[in-house]
Amino acid sequence: MSSTTIDPSSMPRAEAAAAPIVSHAGPDSVAGVRGLIADWSSDRETFKVSWGKAMMWIFLLSDTFIFSCFLTGYMTVRVSTTVPWPNPSEVFALHVGGVEVPLLLIAIMTFVLISSSGTMAMAVNFAYRRDRVNAATLMLVTATCGEIFVGMQAFEWSKLILEEGIRPWGNPMGAAQFGSAFFMITGFHGLHVTCGVIYLFVVAFRLLRGDYEKSGNYQIVEIAGLYWHFVDLVWVFIFALFYLW
Amino acid sequence: MQTEADQHQGQGSGHQEHPIKLYLFVWGLLFVLSTLSYLVDYFQLQGLLRWGLIIAFMLLKAGLIVAVFMHMAWERLALIYAILLPPLALLVLVGLMALEGGHTFLTRTLFFH
Repeated sequence: MSSTTIDPSSMPRAEAAAAPIVSHAGPDSVAGVRGLIADWSSDRETFKVSWGKAMMWIFLLSDTFIFSCFLTGYMTVRVSTTVPWPNPSEVFALHVGGVEVPLLLIAIMTFVLISSSGTMAMAVNFAYRRDRVNAATLMLVTATCGEIFVGMQAFEWSKLILEEGIRPWGNPMGAAQFGSAFFMITGFHGLHVTCGVIYLFVVAFRLLRGDYEKSGNYQIVEIAGLYWHFVDLVWVFIFALFYLW
Repeated sequence: MQTEADQHQGQGSGHQEHPIKLYLFVWGLLFVLSTLSYLVDYFQLQGLLRWGLIIAFMLLKAGLIVAVFMHMAWERLALIYAILLPPLALLVLVGLMALEGGHTFLTRTLFFH
C-alpha cells in the first residue's frame, strides 16, 4: 500500500480510475517516441507494468537467447557437414493406412500447441473479468493440451531411438549431427512445456481456491499466459527451421 | 498496491482485456498459417519458393502470437523496444556462424574428400 489507503478493487472502475496516484501523473499521458523518452529519462520506474510482468518478459528475453543459440548451433553444424542431412520429411513420416504421410505427427503436435495457446488467451480474458471458474477451466484445458503434446513427443522420441536407430552421435540416414541437434532442441523445448504444464496447474489451483479474490488482482494469469505463449512461439521457430527446412 | 490502481489507468498500463472475437480470429489465422506451412512440405515445394514461404509463414505466426496473444501491441514503446530490439543482435551471431560454417564446409571438402 502506498499513497492511497483505499482498496481500488472494492470500488467500481470509474471511481478507481479517479483515485489519486501521485507517482504516475505526468508522462503516462504521452504516447509514441516522446513517451519512450519520457519513460526512460525520469528518475522513477520505466515500465508501466507490474514487476511480475516486467520480470517475466525479461526472463523470456533471456530464454530467447538460449533457444537462438541452440538453433544457430544447429545451423552451423548443418551448413558445415559434408555428409547429406537426413530428410526430416521422411524421418518424421507416419504410416497411415499403408501410405507414408510426411510429418503427420509433427503437424498434429503443432495444432495441439496452437489450440492450447488459444485457450490460454481466453483464460486471461476470463480472469480479468473475474470469472475464475471459466478461467481455471480454460487453464486446465491448456495444461492438458500441453500434456498431450509432451506425450506425443515422448512417442516420437521412442520411435526415433528404438525403430530408426537415431543417436546423438550418429544415425543410419546421414549426417551424425542430426541426432544431437534434434535431441538438444526438442528436448529443451519439451522441458519448457513440462514446466509450463506444472506452472499452469499451480496457478489454476490457486485461482479456484480463491487466492486472488482478496486482492482482485488476476494479472498472475496473464503472466503465466506470457510464458505459455512463448513456449508456443519457440515451437513455431523449431517447426519451421528444423522440421520443414 | 500501486499495480492494482495502475490497471485502471487505461492503455498500456497493465490491464489487458480485449474482445474474445479477436482471439478467435487470431487463433483461426494461426491454424490457417500452420496448415499452409505444412502443405509446403506436403507438396514438396523446393528451392527459393520453399525457404521463402517457410520463413514468411514463420514470421507471420510469430508476429501474431507476440502482438495479440502476448498483448505486445498494446504495451508502451519502452517495454516493446526493451524486449524486441535485443534479439536483433542475434542476427549478427547468425551471420557470423553462417560464414564460419561455410568456411568449415570448404576446408572439409578440400582436405577430407
